[in-house]
Amino acid sequence: MNTQVMEMDTAEKIASIPLDEIDVARPSLFQSDTVGLFFDRLRAEDPVHYCRESYVGPYWSITKFDDIMAVDTNHKVFSSEAKLGGIAIQDMHSVEGGLELEMFIAMDQPKHDQQRKAVTPSVAPSNLQLLEPVIRERAGEILDQLPIGEEIDWVDKVSVELTTMTLATLFDFPWEERRKLTRWSDITTAAPETGIVESYEARREELIECAMYFKGLWEQRINEEPKNDLISMMAHSPATRDMPFLEFLGNLLLLIVGGNDTTRNSISGGVLALNQNPDEYRKLNENPELIGSMVPEIIRWQTPLTHMRRTALEDYEIGGKQIKKGDKVVMWYLSGNRDGSVIDRADQFIIDRKNPRHHLSFGYGIHRCMGNRLAELQLRIIWEEIHKRFSKVEVTGEPERLFSNLVRGITKLPVRLHAR
Amino acid sequence: MVKVTFVASDGERRAVEVEEGETAREAALFNDVPGIDGDCGGVCACATCHVHVDPEWIDKVGRLMKDGMEADLLQFAEGTTEYSRLACQIPIKPMLDGLVLHVPEEQY
Repeated sequence: MNTQVMEMDTAEKIASIPLDEIDVARPSLFQSDTVGLFFDRLRAEDPVHYCRESYVGPYWSITKFDDIMAVDTNHKVFSSEAKLGGIAIQDMHSVEGGLELEMFIAMDQPKHDQQRKAVTPSVAPSNLQLLEPVIRERAGEILDQLPIGEEIDWVDKVSVELTTMTLATLFDFPWEERRKLTRWSDITTAAPETGIVESYEARREELIECAMYFKGLWEQRINEEPKNDLISMMAHSPATRDMPFLEFLGNLLLLIVGGNDTTRNSISGGVLALNQNPDEYRKLNENPELIGSMVPEIIRWQTPLTHMRRTALEDYEIGGKQIKKGDKVVMWYLSGNRDGSVIDRADQFIIDRKNPRHHLSFGYGIHRCMGNRLAELQLRIIWEEIHKRFSKVEVTGEPERLFSNLVRGITKLPVRLHAR
Repeated sequence: MVKVTFVASDGERRAVEVEEGETAREAALFNDVPGIDGDCGGVCACATCHVHVDPEWIDKVGRLMKDGMEADLLQFAEGTTEYSRLACQIPIKPMLDGLVLHVPEEQY
């Protein structure tokens, strides 16, 4: 009851804010999950929106599906280059004395293409299939240890554990130390204001520890027979084995980050969405083969990365607005994924959609998510294993959300498990 | 109508009829030919409608142009050959009646 009153109150306020005062960069809007109301307004009234003043400086918001697609596929005009600010609404920090990690996600052609090509085979569908049985077995073990009927935090006990387990499997990372991977992933994207690291200095020290650890693994794998894990593949592949170390590390961290909190939050988001849409949960229980189309729908619904950012290399008109050379342009995937002019009943979670993979969560063009098949594979395995064991994962309290305008994260989700 | 045959990675052949002006991607999707995903909606943005044009047809279809988005995307796809194209970039014309396209094992 209280929540409903509050929601109406917020909705009315948002409807009355003057357009030129709308600033969707504020992380608190994502933490309170009210940002969608702002995006609804922008899509309807000002789909290519300029925000003059914000804590990240001036920026353009692209909010409609087709406009986002147009920017994402125009990498000649819209740059990802780290030195121009990179790929997030907040400029990439160049910390003095920090590690100069090279990540192709924040590069333009031609360097982007060379590096991406070198790493792509490691997450090719044919390689991933080899790992499927191991991922499935370990997922089953994690789920088997959960207590039935007691309240637990799904994020900590399942989403983090499963994603970490998969990463450790993919890298053949020492099993007992696997939570190091979670930590390194979290700090790679963390700024001090998130509370995850104390300072940039502390972050740098942890990343050096990470670098040394992976150096050790690399040296070990290169002296062994080639195996199916990603480090061994990279150490032995002609395309990657001579990569300078910081490039190797940067790309490795990119694989870790790319596959960590995105998948983690999609696992949590799926449970939440099914609980908020009991008819869909019933459909799933009656037709578990719908997991195949539910997985991309979860990825659309959650949109684990809210946006990607580009920098305009020249003046460019989009949606009747004049973008100037040097402007910061933000493609809000979270908004485009709710664009009813492209996606039928975009504001509803529907697990048996006709065309469920037509969403923006992976981006499009040359920077499209490289691990998209891995993400789908993981989610499919996890839901198949959940379905075997539990008739319901019941959400028993309010979720807590991450204070971030980039990672759409669920930090706590109390649930109770019902045995099948 | 123009006839297009899709050959799956296990060798199974599926012949479909397409309207002129549609693309090979639409020919597959409208007829539920498995193995062609076409996630982006047919605008050359994702490389999930990768096909190998049968060598006998490659000159009529046209080879992949070196520069441009189609080549940019296909360089990251799995199992590409000199006959690789994106089906969304193959408009169906009467001269392609009988076209044979091979579907790769996986779309990426």
